[in-house]
Formats: sequence, structure tokens, C-alpha cells
Amino acid sequence: MIQNLTGNERRIALSILGLITLVGFAMAAGGRGDPMGVHGFIVIIFAGSLFFMVGNKLYSPAPSNARFASYYDDPTKVGIIISLIWAVIGMAMGVWVASLLAWPDLRFDAAWSGFGRLRPLHTSGVIFGFGGNALIATSFHVMQRTGRARLPDQISPWFVLLGFNLFCIVAASGYLMGVTQSKEYAEPEWYADIWLVVVWVVYFVLYLRTLARRNEPHIYVANWYYMAFILVMAVLHIVNNLAVPASWGSAKSYSAFSGVQDAMTQWWYGHNAVAFFLTAGFLGMLYYFLPKRAERPIYSYRLSILSFWGITFFYIWVGSHHLHYTALPTWVQILGMTFSVMLLVPSWASAGNALMTLNGAWHKVRDDATLRFMMVAAVFYGLSTFEGSFMAVRAVNSLSHYTDWTVGHVHAGAMGWVALITFGSIYALVPVLWRRETMYSWQLVEVHFWLALSGTVIYVFAMWNSGITQGLMWRTYNEVGTLKFSFVDSLVAMHPYYIARAFGGFLFLIGAVLAFYNVWMTIRRVPYEAPNLDYPTSSEALEPAVPAAE
Amino acid sequence: MTILYLLIPISLVMSVVALIVFLWSLRNGQYEDLAGAAERVLLDPPGPPVRPMHPERVEPRKSDT
Repeated sequence: MIQNLTGNERRIALSILGLITLVGFAMAAGGRGDPMGVHGFIVIIFAGSLFFMVGNKLYSPAPSNARFASYYDDPTKVGIIISLIWAVIGMAMGVWVASLLAWPDLRFDAAWSGFGRLRPLHTSGVIFGFGGNALIATSFHVMQRTGRARLPDQISPWFVLLGFNLFCIVAASGYLMGVTQSKEYAEPEWYADIWLVVVWVVYFVLYLRTLARRNEPHIYVANWYYMAFILVMAVLHIVNNLAVPASWGSAKSYSAFSGVQDAMTQWWYGHNAVAFFLTAGFLGMLYYFLPKRAERPIYSYRLSILSFWGITFFYIWVGSHHLHYTALPTWVQILGMTFSVMLLVPSWASAGNALMTLNGAWHKVRDDATLRFMMVAAVFYGLSTFEGSFMAVRAVNSLSHYTDWTVGHVHAGAMGWVALITFGSIYALVPVLWRRETMYSWQLVEVHFWLALSGTVIYVFAMWNSGITQGLMWRTYNEVGTLKFSFVDSLVAMHPYYIARAFGGFLFLIGAVLAFYNVWMTIRRVPYEAPNLDYPTSSEALEPAVPAAE
Repeated sequence: MTILYLLIPISLVMSVVALIVFLWSLRNGQYEDLAGAAERVLLDPPGPPVRPMHPERVEPRKSDT
């Protein structure tokens, strides 16, 4: 991998890594006796070991110019593998915290294994580690293929991928030490947040630079979704993480906002993160890999463009539906509810569009588990966006809020939609990337599919039952007008559902382990197949963009 | 709710940016050939790769004449 960097790029990489190592030393020295110091050492180990890896190869022969005749896939490959590693870690943590709810003794009395520390490890592990890395890796693939152009340089994709993972590692290790700013999905502290901004800006600039080099006049719709994901996440992340560090040597900061103002900012971020991280980005994946795998164009390309702009303009105000019946002014709650209901239109447009694309290719869906992953993902996308709009209605929310129904809804989206489309895309992508004819074992893909689907269904049904039971128990009054059930009564009623939930998650985890094994064996065992027409159009040669009309 | 004086303007600015990008994509002819755009992503690029990549040494392709 390092041999593919030019001499100049190796020197740039060395200076960047050296700089980051120095920052690590500063953090370790300034944060003595504080978790920040530990993070300093993690940064030193991370950047320092990469520094030596690059330094070791500094004077290896330079790559030949033939590299320009192929896409730059090294970062994509590494990103896919990292993503699967995070999937196993994040989902294992999920099974653990689910089990903690059923059997609280499983924390073994350690400080680091409390629910409050393990849960963000699960959420960040699957959302950022698994989902984020998969998004970054697939976006590198999609931006090159749809633009028929190579990445503009060989340093910034590595900076984005490895920099993002440094953020993930600092975040995850911080949770175990109790470092958190207590904002859901934005738990990492100020220095990690600043670092993520740097990485994210490079990511967006890289995307624009690749698009600027494209040899295809049209920007394929998947790119719009990916770019919205990057750009909006940057804005949300910066605003929600505005905070004043307690000191430069400590992993503790105070939010710039307080009370309901802070809650509003948090959910303005939180729900838009669902919108642009967990929806827009993965729709980009769907709109590229589903037509590719089905070998059919999108049913209505016009509709895909319309749903993109619909999501862009409608999504930004739904966050306040997380704060129904709170100190938030009623009109802001109603606004959030209205936008949430409006969102059903672009969401169902995308889900329907995906399913209609498969119309006429159902025999492929039947035979090919990879395509079936994508099909079921689209179904779950439709289901969970309907459920989301429904739950955002204030009357429904009065029952569902604070119950497990919300957890079930989130997991219908996260497992059914996000994870299934990601696994489908990975299975479609791996043979292309590593130039293999097929995956190592299609039977394992098939087994993974059924494990993932049954795990999701068990999980979601358990949480629907538990959530609605909870909601009803909390609002049942007796003849004298006091609450009929104590909170502990509702907890006892939840116990069987919590066991079912842990079991569903466990099935899903086994599927992820199989996926990792299958991908690994594909790389190791499946014979190389000569690449067939998977090349960028060379812009330097006499091959201008093909005019669309001809 | 002073926070809304921050969040609403930010949201509006983001919407305006999106609107500008949308108008750019319209003017740029991005939506001139939607059926073709949907199909082309499935097609392989025209012709095999040109190697080596020295522009001065590359012969014009027959189809270009």
C-alpha cells in the first residue's frame, strides 16, 4: 500500500504523522493525571506507528505511471475491512448492553463496564465505526466510478479514513474512562470534536476535487446524497459541539448552551444526524449498489433527484419532535411534528423507487442474497420512515416517548435499513475491489441474510411489545385515580422482552462475524480474476467527457 | 428560546446554499438526460484503458475521427 505512494506523498504523509505525534505528546504532557493524557498516548501510538510504517518505505522505488490507468482503491479496501471490524465490536457491545438490561449483574462491578459507558461504545461503534467507515469507503468507490475519474491524490483519502478512525478510537476509549459530554451521538469531548472537523473538511474538499476531475458530465444522484451527508454533518457537528474546555489540559468541557436551549441544539443535531448520516449517506449507497447489482437502471431517476432535494429541504427541522411535551415552546414542537410528517413523501419515494427498480428482477432477488439484503433494506427504510413520521405526531408520542418503542424504531432503521444496505453493498463491492469472481461462499451470505433478518424482526417485535406495554402501564389509573402500576411493575413486565431483544441482537452479531470471515476468505482464497473494464477514463488522453445526448 | 435565533438562521442559510446548488445543477444541464444518466452508471467505460499515460504518446482513437 505504501509503495503506491509517490516519494513526495510519502514525505507529506511523514510530516502530517509527525505533526500529529507531536500533538499527541502535547496532550500527554498537558493532560497528566487526566483521561486526556491517556488519549495523548493513544494518539502517539496511532500516529507514531504509522510514522514508522511510512518511514520504513520512504526510499522504496516509486510507483509507475501505470497507476493513473486504474482507480485508487487501497483506501476503500482498508476502509471496508475496518468497517467490518467495528461492526463486530459495536454489535458485540450491543449484545452486552442488551444483556445488561435483562441480567444487570453482567457488569462484573467494574467502573468501565457500567451501562452508561458501554452503551455509547455500542452506538458510536456501530454508527460511526461500522456505518461511518462503510460510508467513507463506499463513497471513495462511488465518486470514482460514477465520475470515471481517479482520486485527485493519494494522501487525502488516507487522511480522511485513518483520521476518522483515530477519532473513533479516541471516542471509544474515552467512553470507557468516563469521558463524555453527555450528548447522545455526540459524546466525544472537545479535542476529538476539533479533530473531526479537520478530517471532515478534508473529506468534503476531496469529494469536490474528485468531482471536478470527472469525465462524465452528469453527477450521478448517489454523489448528491454522499455530499449532503458530509456537508450537513459538518455544520451540525460544529454547532452542537460548541463548548468551553474546563482547561487546556483536561477532557472536560461545558456546553455553550444550557437547559432547554441545549436540548434543542442537541436534538437539532441528533435527528439531523439520523437524517444525513444514517439516511442520506446510505441512500447514496442504495442508489449506486442496488442498480449495479440488479443490473437495472433506477426505476425513476427523476424521482430519485426529487427525493434528494425533498430530503434536503424538509429534514432540517424535525429534531424538535424528540422534545414533545417538554419545556420547548409548543409551536416548535408542532413545527417538528409537521416537518416529520412531510418527510414521509421523499422517504417513501426513495423506498418505492428502490423496490420498483427490482420489479422485473425478482428472480435475481430470489437467487441472490446480496440483492435480497438491499431489497429488505429498502423495505425496512420504508417501514421505519413511516413509523418515524407516525411517532412524531404528538398524540402518538405521548404514548411512545421514553418507552422501548423508540428503541425498537431506531433499531428497525439501524439494523433493518442501515446495516442491511451496508452488508449488501459490501458483498457487492468486495469481489469488484479485490478483483475476485465471487464471494468466497454464497451459502454464508445466504445464512447471514437469514440471521440478520430474523435477528432484526425478533428485536423489533420484542421492543414494540415492550414499548407499548410500558407506555400503557405508565398511564393506567385505578379507581381512586392514582397510578395502577409502579415503575418496578413495568420493569418486571419488560424482562422477557429484554431477553428476546438480546437474543435477536446475538443472531445479528453472528451474521456480522460470518460477513467478516467471508470477506477475509474471499481476499485470501478466491482466485484473482483479471479486471474487466473497471478503469477510469483517462482525462489526459484524448477521451473527453462523452456528451450525454449522443 | 434564544437558541432559535441561532438555529433558524443557520437552517435558512443551509437551505439557501442548497437552493443555490440546486439552481446551479439546473443551469448546468444536470437534468437534461435523466434516462441516459440512469443507464450510463451501469455501462462500462468506452474502450480499454490507455497505457502508458503519457499524453504526448497516445494515438488518437479511431472513433474520434
